[in-house]
Amino acid sequence: MDKTINQKAWFLVLPVLLLVAFSAVIPLMTVVNYSVQDTFGNNQFFWAGLEWFDEMLHSDRMWNALGRQVMFSAIILAIEIPLGIFIALNMPKSGFWSSLCLVLMSLPLLIPWNVVGTIWQIFGRVDIGLLGHTLDALGIPYNYTQNTVAAWITIVVMDVWHWTSLVALLAFAGLKSIPDAYYQAAKIDQASRWAIFRYIELPKMAGVLMIAILLRFMDSFMIYTEPFVVTGGGPGNATTLLSIDLVKMALGQFDLGPAAAFSIMYYLVILLVSWVFFTVMTNLDKKGS
Amino acid sequence: MADTATAPGAATIPGDVAPSVPQATRRRRFRPNGSVVVMTLYLLFLLLPIYWLLNMSLKTNTEILNEFTLWPRNLTLANYATILTDPSWYTGYINSLIYVVMNTVISLAVALPAAYAFSRYRFMGDNHLFFWLLTNRMAPPAVFALPFFQLYSSVGLFDTHIAVALAHCLFNVPLAVWILEGFMRGVPKEIDETAYIDGYSFPRFFIRIFTPLIASGIGVAAFFCFMFSWVELLLSRTLTTVDAKPIAAIMTRTQGASGIDWGVLAAAGILTIVPGALVIYFVRNYIAKGFALGRV
Repeated sequence: MDKTINQKAWFLVLPVLLLVAFSAVIPLMTVVNYSVQDTFGNNQFFWAGLEWFDEMLHSDRMWNALGRQVMFSAIILAIEIPLGIFIALNMPKSGFWSSLCLVLMSLPLLIPWNVVGTIWQIFGRVDIGLLGHTLDALGIPYNYTQNTVAAWITIVVMDVWHWTSLVALLAFAGLKSIPDAYYQAAKIDQASRWAIFRYIELPKMAGVLMIAILLRFMDSFMIYTEPFVVTGGGPGNATTLLSIDLVKMALGQFDLGPAAAFSIMYYLVILLVSWVFFTVMTNLDKKGS
Repeated sequence: MADTATAPGAATIPGDVAPSVPQATRRRRFRPNGSVVVMTLYLLFLLLPIYWLLNMSLKTNTEILNEFTLWPRNLTLANYATILTDPSWYTGYINSLIYVVMNTVISLAVALPAAYAFSRYRFMGDNHLFFWLLTNRMAPPAVFALPFFQLYSSVGLFDTHIAVALAHCLFNVPLAVWILEGFMRGVPKEIDETAYIDGYSFPRFFIRIFTPLIASGIGVAAFFCFMFSWVELLLSRTLTTVDAKPIAAIMTRTQGASGIDWGVLAAAGILTIVPGALVIYFVRNYIAKGFALGRV
């Protein structure tokens, strides 16, 4: 759409600008402030320069948390994206069953995150949970509070349970926008099922899939509540992801300097990925119009 | 997939497509079966954990801990009764509802004009501003927890509903702006121009003509603001202690002297799912669009 140039539009944007400035810029400046200062209590601060950044960049604690975080995001993307596409291809296209599938699949997306944690915390328990009890009865040792592998499997399965539907719904929206003519052409050419997927459906879904990948990456990268409720970051530090570690540092130990430096580096990663997301979105818009 | 695609086209294109119709019917008989199995398994996987929570919420604690039963043998609503009569539980729901509604109203009120500006006009820094809003939607709450705590303590808003509502604006205002912009760009600009020629002032045009046109967009934006504020735990827990403590925070601190009261915890969980489940049917076609910030 052709947009007119009109600087007065700023007045319409002003309330948003002020509100977000209050709830984003002021807190961020506080963080920047702490990241370059040191304190010995009494609200007395001393200039510390880049000391905290230096310390954090050489701290095993942050690198380990980052490593776990990257591994977590990689695993859930590797499972959720193909599974989501597969589910979308199998969804009924229209009618009552389609509506039913949409409603039931949306259900996990709308459950409060701490309740998602509670559900899996209960579901996986050997004494009272269906999953834990069944595995135990089958003779498979499974204890997510003691065993690192079990804890990881639990939080990964939980995330797959929670978010695969989102990928599926996005892919489904992409599939529905493919005109029938494409399938008829494929039929005339006697294209195989795989060829239809590879040369018609996948390219047509590329845009929404990119959105799905980026959304899932961002949201998994800042995940806090669900693993916190299920494992509390344990056993040991095995499931202490970036956000959990940061909250421990900032609100548990009140290590303001390191936590602030940590926050800023965390935020820069987010900024970078957001920029990729934004570029993808704007390119899609251009292609669409 | 392909089976539904052939049917309408067969009538319009004569000749070489016609022989493929019997093939399509054969496929129709065969292919969906695989899909039905896949979908059944997937939905089972989604619903089992929720069923288990529901199952536990209807049992007594003795039954939960001592017997392993697939459905409640002696059905009880005592757990729900506990929550609905004990102030330490039900105030949590009231607190959550208050700040969630406040947040939704604030977010929509500021986002509506802004989204209109982004969808209709170019102005200095519009792209940068739009991008900056997105980064706030993506920002990890963990980064903001400590500064929010200090900010709201210093202005005397700690442990109030408005503090949580404003804190959640961090991600909900950008979300609402992006979703609404996605809906507004679908409305042809000619409508605006015609209205202005007809002598409508901007506020009158916006309320009388434009708002009804994007009513579904406003509904979707409101739904997502509500949901994202409702499901958030970290910020709402950090900013409250007693007076505005949300249900999510109460649920994570249920360990009593005699261990966890599993039945009540499960019932509380089920009750938090209710608001989403109630409106899910009406927004089912917009879930993907909402999560993708109005871009699908």
